[in-house]
Amino acid sequence: MTLQKLIKIIAIFISILLIWQIVVTLTSIEHYILPSPNRVLIALNQNYGILYKHSVITFSEIILGLILGVGLGFFSALLMGYYKLARDWLMPIVVISQAIPVFALAPILVLWIGYGLASKIAMATIIIYFPITAALLDGLIRTNKEQIYLAKIMGASSWSIIKNIKLPSAMPSFASGVRIGAAVAPIGAVVGEWVGSSGGLGYLMLHANAKMQIDLMFAALFILALIATLTYFSIDKLMKNLIYWSAQS
Amino acid sequence: MQTENFNANFDIDISIDSLSFGNLEIFENFNFTLSAGKWTSVLGKSGVGKSTLLRGITGELDSKTNFSITCSDKAPLKGRIAYMGQQDLLLPWLTVFENVTLGMRLRKERDPVSIANAYELIDKVGLRKYCKEIPENLSGGMKQRVALARTLLENKSLVIMDEPFSALDIVTKLEIQDLFAEMLRDKTVLFVTHDPLEALRLGNYIYLMSGSPAYLQKVSELSGGIPRDIKNHELQSFHGELLLAMRED
Repeated sequence: MTLQKLIKIIAIFISILLIWQIVVTLTSIEHYILPSPNRVLIALNQNYGILYKHSVITFSEIILGLILGVGLGFFSALLMGYYKLARDWLMPIVVISQAIPVFALAPILVLWIGYGLASKIAMATIIIYFPITAALLDGLIRTNKEQIYLAKIMGASSWSIIKNIKLPSAMPSFASGVRIGAAVAPIGAVVGEWVGSSGGLGYLMLHANAKMQIDLMFAALFILALIATLTYFSIDKLMKNLIYWSAQS
Repeated sequence: MQTENFNANFDIDISIDSLSFGNLEIFENFNFTLSAGKWTSVLGKSGVGKSTLLRGITGELDSKTNFSITCSDKAPLKGRIAYMGQQDLLLPWLTVFENVTLGMRLRKERDPVSIANAYELIDKVGLRKYCKEIPENLSGGMKQRVALARTLLENKSLVIMDEPFSALDIVTKLEIQDLFAEMLRDKTVLFVTHDPLEALRLGNYIYLMSGSPAYLQKVSELSGGIPRDIKNHELQSFHGELLLAMRED
């Protein structure tokens, strides 16, 4: 990241804080409706230990969900790209699974696999799986036909064509899918925590809200946004390295 | 250079009884011969069936069609063809060297002689300095040189080219045509084009493909070897005639 970019981000951040402070001062709104940035900062400082503990839980859910979702999506897309039969039978199932809202699935997942990490990881995985699968499969199918034709004339096996031509060609699409995955993974994890859990930032926010500790709730929200942003930008950087040859950066 | 050079020493007879897609008949009673070690150019408008003809010769059409190909040495043609397309078909994530050795990569070969040949060919097409560059950093003419080296490394008897110069500007085009004519001197070459100048310049034998279903018409043989001088009067007068013939079709 260049210095200029960093300055820009800091400037945006400070402007948001300023606007927030001005709104609070001008409207003299009660602190239990909208706490001032200063109060949130104090809450952050006072609850450092508890915020850290819950952040680790949510962060683990997001990362493990991402790994599982990307892995499963990758193999499903590969399978469907390789066997047309698999595509014809699996794609409708994948699409139908996507049509069921994750919110509706959450209570069932909690019921089945419990209040712990597993149900949240499952949520994140499910929410990530579809964009990855759809993006990679699309990339595999849209490989330049002429390139495949050339490979066939060169005597390449169909596995060799997948490995050497289709899969690398599909990497830019795959990278887009992973970016979307990284953006929605925190949603999966937090929704899971709201529905039923014993830890995580979503859990903390729900409880702080119930106890009218709105400053703590905002502190948790701030940490969550920070985690989500950092995850997204790290993944984005990783994807740019993966598709070093592609100018679409 | 190569220890075992498969220079073309056999003629190829191509005969198509009929070929149709749905109700549309593409070819009917279509016969021609590719002479050993000579360039045969097939000239035709877009959509006349030039690419389909190449697909048939490379064995990439449905087996239901009545396509018969006989080589004068009685061996099958399959596996003895190298192909060049309208696009350079370089893989953007591979370096120049890796693109030239694509056939080996696809077939999982690791032959030190071929690797040495690859370097020699890259040298001959004037790209020694660019071995480690990716295609994005090359000009159109340079990419076409890489594609030529890739084709030559395959070391096949028959080289098939589908409008290989169409993406180049006119000056680069002439320069690349000269290079191709020199480097593919001993090969049997079949190339299709919509550009009469190109067909006249590079074809030892020239055919005009027209009509629906398509038929071939042999254009009177021009004197001299290839590449022919563009200032050649004979070539210029044929150029005009062919343009008229193509327009009337």
